[in-house]
Amino acid sequence: MRPPIYGLVAEFDTPAEIVAAARRAHEEGYRKMDAYSPFPVEGLSEAIGFHKDNVALICLVGGVLGLATAYGMQYWINVIAYPTNVGGRPLHSWPAFIVVCFEMTVLFGGLAAAFGMLAINGLPMPYHPLFNVPSFSFASRDKFFLCIEAVDPKFDRETTYKFLSSLGPRMITEVPH
Amino acid sequence: MEHKHPVEAMAGGQGQPPVLQPGYTFATITDKISAIVLTRQTPLGWFVGVGIAGMLSAVLLYAVSFLMYQGVGIWGINHPIGWGLAIVNFVWWIGIGHAGTLISAILLLLRQSWRNSINRFAEAMTIFAVMQAGLFPLLHLGRPWLFYWLFPYPNTMTVWPQFRSPLVWDVFAVSTYFTISLVFWYIGLVPDMATLRDRAQNRAARMIYAVLALGWRGSARHWHRYETAYLLLAGLATPLVLSVHTVVSFDFTIAIVPGWHSTIFPPYFVAGAIYSGFAMVLILAIPIRHIYNLEDMITDRHLDNCAKIMLATGLIVAYGYIMETFMAWYGGNLYDKHLIWNRMHGPYRALYWALIAINVGFVNVLWTKKVRFTPKLLWFVSLVVLVAMWLERFVIVVVSLSQDFLPSSWGIYIPTRWDWATFIGTIGFFALCFLLFIRVMPMISIAEMKSLLPSSEAKAPLESES
Repeated sequence: MRPPIYGLVAEFDTPAEIVAAARRAHEEGYRKMDAYSPFPVEGLSEAIGFHKDNVALICLVGGVLGLATAYGMQYWINVIAYPTNVGGRPLHSWPAFIVVCFEMTVLFGGLAAAFGMLAINGLPMPYHPLFNVPSFSFASRDKFFLCIEAVDPKFDRETTYKFLSSLGPRMITEVPH
Repeated sequence: MEHKHPVEAMAGGQGQPPVLQPGYTFATITDKISAIVLTRQTPLGWFVGVGIAGMLSAVLLYAVSFLMYQGVGIWGINHPIGWGLAIVNFVWWIGIGHAGTLISAILLLLRQSWRNSINRFAEAMTIFAVMQAGLFPLLHLGRPWLFYWLFPYPNTMTVWPQFRSPLVWDVFAVSTYFTISLVFWYIGLVPDMATLRDRAQNRAARMIYAVLALGWRGSARHWHRYETAYLLLAGLATPLVLSVHTVVSFDFTIAIVPGWHSTIFPPYFVAGAIYSGFAMVLILAIPIRHIYNLEDMITDRHLDNCAKIMLATGLIVAYGYIMETFMAWYGGNLYDKHLIWNRMHGPYRALYWALIAINVGFVNVLWTKKVRFTPKLLWFVSLVVLVAMWLERFVIVVVSLSQDFLPSSWGIYIPTRWDWATFIGTIGFFALCFLLFIRVMPMISIAEMKSLLPSSEAKAPLESES
């Protein structure tokens, strides 16, 4: 069953406060939570227990795919589909294929990194419950937010509220769906 | 968005001006940059600029339309000079683009945090410059509407591109460069689009920025992946920026024309590209920071650093000229010797001596602190450098072709008014794109500027806590 609210969100003023709060919440046993900041805060994702991402792997796969595509395409075109004798040089002149191989490795790798990152982030996502919180528009300016989600097994409206107030936030808000 | 050393960045160190004037907070940085787009009255200079740039763009449209109607014969190209201003302009524009990628990618990897205030507009400059560059080879095709024949695609003619030709490499190099630059720029813009979405009062503006922000909400998990992706893109763009002008130089070096067939070309082209690119960065940055009162963010430190990079790459280019001349003499090849003689004493000698005077001699004024710290002088030096780099490409393309192996087929190329109209038109179109960009997008990265503040460090108070 869907919980009646999305979660509770606490608002902080400084990067140091949000990192400390996120760390405390993680120590307290909360796992379904996220922190929000206007710029990447060092150590914040680690504080909520998020250490490794797969973007580099996706980029590598993209790059290797680009390389294979480029070489395969050039080989097939110049040797099989449309062989042309240019000054008696071999049809399979691999040194001449290097440039296009490099370009397509970079192209596929770069697109994979960029769009792979957006995809695992679940973007584009036009609606998110947090956008219902009026002060959340400051998450892109100068405020830092910690949201404990209602789906967390430890979540309880009252105890979680009490816990969040113990962290000394500016404000705690309920997040409707 | 690298991990930087904000305290150092603020203080400047060694008596240098700071990268960001003290006194800013997360909030004031956000408000100052977003206000340019959202609330501040558009300066009169912007409208004047758009008016002039728009008129020149109309000239471009006219020149291109007539070219489509009449063909490339309206240009001054002939035998033996088949590559006239079109290729000169192509090399010039694409070289200008290089500074943007150097600032956004290479300086990111080198942890040069001062880049944070100029990378956004330098990347925009790259994209718009590559757009102009791409126009020229396409128009030069003769039948530009068949440009897609350059790409390998299954077609009813069962014809495929020849991958042993550097001209095909160029198609891949330039299109990859454009695509990756565009993606890099857009990924950098996403968090700032979210900021504008949250700040915009106007409903239509809010909707547009919301769509462009893709629902970005600054989640710590998202930032973590975002930073990885950004660093990877920088890592990929770094060899790319060095390779693009290398491949462009292959267009020349793979041919046997005297003056082109030389191993010095790739490094000398790349250095020349960065040299002219930083000149364009300064040409744009100096008036912009004045008109929009951004002296706090684009400080004298930035101008000084750009000028120093210009000086360093300019001297590499000068070394290239010296080596080219030396090798022609030392190599003992009759045609190479003739080429240098032709450059120095032939019909285009004035252009050659002008470019030597500027790129070997005049550029040394950048050694003096007075020039580097006087924006007006620096702007003028940059303009002169851009002219000299254009002349360099003219000398490489035209002079080499004008007198090659066979005296009976020597010739002279004089650009026609259509050549000039197309060139001037692209300058206008470039300026128009750039002016529209600074009106609707944050020209300085808001999120990255915040990382320059000492208070962006989460560490210090935590240590005292434990």
